[in-house]
Amino acid sequence: MKNDGVKIIKTTTWSPGPGCHGGCGILVHVKDNKVIKVEGDPDHPWNQGRLCSRCLSMTQYMYHKDRLRKPLKRVGERGEGKFEEISWDEAFDLIEEKMKKIRTDYGAESVIFHQGTGRDIGGWISMLAYAYGSPNWMFGLSGISCYTPRLMMMSITQGDFAVVDASQWLEKRYDDPEYKIPEIAIIWGQNLPATCPDGFFGHWYVDLMKRGTEFIVIDPRCTWIASRAKIWLQLRPGTDAALALGFIHVIIKENLVNMDFVEKWTNSPHLVRTDGKIPIFLKEKDIKKDGSDLNFVAHDAVSGDFMVWDSTAQAYDKTGAKPSMDGAFTITLADGSKVPVKTVWTLYKENAEQYTPEKVEDITWVPADKIRQAARMYANAKPGALHWGLPIDTIPSTVPTSQAINHLWCLTGNLDNPGGNAIARYAFDVVTYPYHSGGAILSLPPEVMNKRIGIHDYGCIKDFRAWAQPDKVLEQIFSGSPYPIKGMWIQTANPIACTGMEPQKWHKAIKKLDFTVCVDLFMTPTAMLCDVILPAATFLEKDSLKAWWVPLQAIKKVVEVEECKSDIEINLELCKRFMKDFPFPNTQVLFDSLLKSAGITYKELVDNTWMLPPKGHPSKPYFRHERGLLRPDKKQGFRTPSGKIELFSSWLEKWGLDPLPYHEEPPYSHISTPDLFKEYPLILATGRRMGPFFHSEHRQIPWLREQQKDPVLEIHPDTALKYGIEHGEKVCVENWLGKITVKALVTPVIHPNVVMAEHGWWFPEKKGSEPELFGVWDVNVNQLIPMGHEGKAGLGSPIKSMLCKVYKAKG
Amino acid sequence: MTEYGMLIDYEYCTGCKTCEIACKQEYERPAGKVGGVEVLEFVHTLPNDKLFITNIPHFTRACVFCAGRVKQGLEPACVKHCMARILTFGKIEDLTKLIPEKRKAILWTKG
Ligand code: SF4
Ligand code: SF4
Ligand code: SF4
Repeated sequence: MKNDGVKIIKTTTWSPGPGCHGGCGILVHVKDNKVIKVEGDPDHPWNQGRLCSRCLSMTQYMYHKDRLRKPLKRVGERGEGKFEEISWDEAFDLIEEKMKKIRTDYGAESVIFHQGTGRDIGGWISMLAYAYGSPNWMFGLSGISCYTPRLMMMSITQGDFAVVDASQWLEKRYDDPEYKIPEIAIIWGQNLPATCPDGFFGHWYVDLMKRGTEFIVIDPRCTWIASRAKIWLQLRPGTDAALALGFIHVIIKENLVNMDFVEKWTNSPHLVRTDGKIPIFLKEKDIKKDGSDLNFVAHDAVSGDFMVWDSTAQAYDKTGAKPSMDGAFTITLADGSKVPVKTVWTLYKENAEQYTPEKVEDITWVPADKIRQAARMYANAKPGALHWGLPIDTIPSTVPTSQAINHLWCLTGNLDNPGGNAIARYAFDVVTYPYHSGGAILSLPPEVMNKRIGIHDYGCIKDFRAWAQPDKVLEQIFSGSPYPIKGMWIQTANPIACTGMEPQKWHKAIKKLDFTVCVDLFMTPTAMLCDVILPAATFLEKDSLKAWWVPLQAIKKVVEVEECKSDIEINLELCKRFMKDFPFPNTQVLFDSLLKSAGITYKELVDNTWMLPPKGHPSKPYFRHERGLLRPDKKQGFRTPSGKIELFSSWLEKWGLDPLPYHEEPPYSHISTPDLFKEYPLILATGRRMGPFFHSEHRQIPWLREQQKDPVLEIHPDTALKYGIEHGEKVCVENWLGKITVKALVTPVIHPNVVMAEHGWWFPEKKGSEPELFGVWDVNVNQLIPMGHEGKAGLGSPIKSMLCKVYKAKG
Repeated sequence: MTEYGMLIDYEYCTGCKTCEIACKQEYERPAGKVGGVEVLEFVHTLPNDKLFITNIPHFTRACVFCAGRVKQGLEPACVKHCMARILTFGKIEDLTKLIPEKRKAILWTKG
């Protein structure tokens, strides 16, 4: 297409740029090799022509005067802000020399490869870490509290991830006859119009709303959707598990469970031993000498005998049997001893029995009647959809919390059905962003992987996610034990302003290291502390690909901006220097190899721009468990150890965690720490999304920053009155860890006992060198949130349920 | 006679402010000054104590209803990008037929 010398190029979004998890189709207007405008692509099923403010600001982002355009080398003291421009060759040589020295002197594991949130980086940074030889690829948020806990829990419960089906797998979208509009959608802790989180376009919910979906919103804040919901449950931050268990209680009590689904697809009839302190599965090996540890046992309602569930054959060892759902029995073990056992379902009901709506009201502050109404409404919906957000991850009890919420769609049969929670896989099984080392581009030998920080502390860190555990990493930087940490490669991350809790400690940690590199697009408080800074390209300046979840799509290099290089190219060049026989000479070969499972080349993907998997493909819904599309052996069922949805989790049992969901009080609260609560009587939450900004980004983009100049603290009018605080004035937010000063935003949308502080703030316009670091210390709320409070699984941290006091700032 | 107008189905306006930036990008308008549209947010406590959030895009003196784009057969930039698809630009006689029956809406006219 041509018009006044303007070329229009069709491509798709991801970061860097809008900062989001991407997905939108766009038309980029280019004149004289410069992007002059970005518009939504009307033909792309994801956004259907629309586009958010951050992507529409791309011209200001790409050509910003402060954009890093050349590699920089530190020449002054760390943090002094003295850098010198160097060439890419010099930069690569310097990095190669310094990092190889660390590798020789201390071992490759002494360098941490530190990434930020789920942008276009996971594949490429893990490739670099492994080419270098370090198993310590890391996302720095305490307890890996961003999506990983939910992903982990979904993956061990039903063998796959599940996300709300807003018709994103179908080209015709809402108009496809196969699709059903959810009758009810629960929005559990997310302000969708402000963001496109977890690979989901936030405004799809407005599309659904217009088509008749009614909403239940669970949030301590009244969001726009909450104000339009059928029911809004304003819960106490950090008590989500209790609320979910309250729902489960009502659904069971009122016979709203989809029993056909639960009987057929869950492990509810499997037997659990109740003779020990915590219940554990009864396995075939317990009752037969040569029995397998992989097979489970059930009671046959027809014959009254016990029978074995063969996990490999996916069948009971008895024909014509019908497993008992309920019951407590005594069984003789192989050694002749007798033990009491119960079915999972019986135990499950007993567990839920404790969580009466009245008890849950005490814990969560949500009125019992509303809990009943909401649970009924969701359970009766056909289909019902359940969308959950980050607050489920940002609590130490994230594992039982995610588990309880995940169970809601299992108990109601809203799994992989149109308009329910569809199983989400990478489109065409193309892995661009691996969750596990199994999907990574390169691999390391087991003895090296064994050095990954945290794997000996936490089973799920070992078995589920390939990242090092960040709280343990920070500890080890200071302790040097069991081995010293000497270097850090930081890419798409800004721990000093954003991902680091107790950033004071991260600040010390980074400065303590022998060598640090930061790859970014702008100077940040974190980059300021590093030895080498590399200028990264935006998504319009690079070739890449994305398959999170659908479609599979190409990101195309449209222009170049001076010497900026894509994260992929930077890492590829260093991989070649760090690894003998690195198998990918260039990005095209690498992309082609990643696309193998789709059966296409990168060039073909670029020609298509985006592709949805065809019907019948394992990465396309619906009802894949019925069609044998989920398991490698093509049998019906799920990719779990038993092949069933595991309501009682064998993975949790293996990791020494409670296999059933439960409520755990947040570590700081009026109940857990009554003395601290006296001094710090308000719940401090943070992390709610800000429309114009993605986390710590975009503060320097004029069109976005004009929408909000300063960070705010949301405080309820009654609370503000009590503390003599007026709207717009400066307040101090303080607890035993630190203090910040921000502007009060007095608003009834927040619970009177909760204040909501914004995260990710720093001021690119202020002085960058130390001690100011762009004013980050004045406003970074993470200073009030501890490291080292990860949950029992190594996941989750109290980011949204701290305590604080608030008072007028002086002057 | 007023011929064209903008129908605003504001009950679905989420306040995302995409429209503001779409206009700024289209006309390369500077930050710090209003563009063709500014979204106003109202957080109301209704008489029954229910909280209710309403957003209304206000078309300012700087709005030219994208005359140039419309001439080329394109939608105004804000209409095209509105994330909730609540803006419809067109002839007033056509727009009156699109007025939603069950909720309030605004018809913005320009002479
Ligand atoms: S944030 Fe959402 S609307 Fe904006 S570019 Fe990303 S996916 Fe598209
Ligand atoms: S109609 Fe055009 S000029 Fe008016 S606000 Fe929308 S984009 Fe701006
Ligand atoms: S883009 Fe649409 S939904 Fe967003 S603020 Fe503007 S009018 Fe409202």
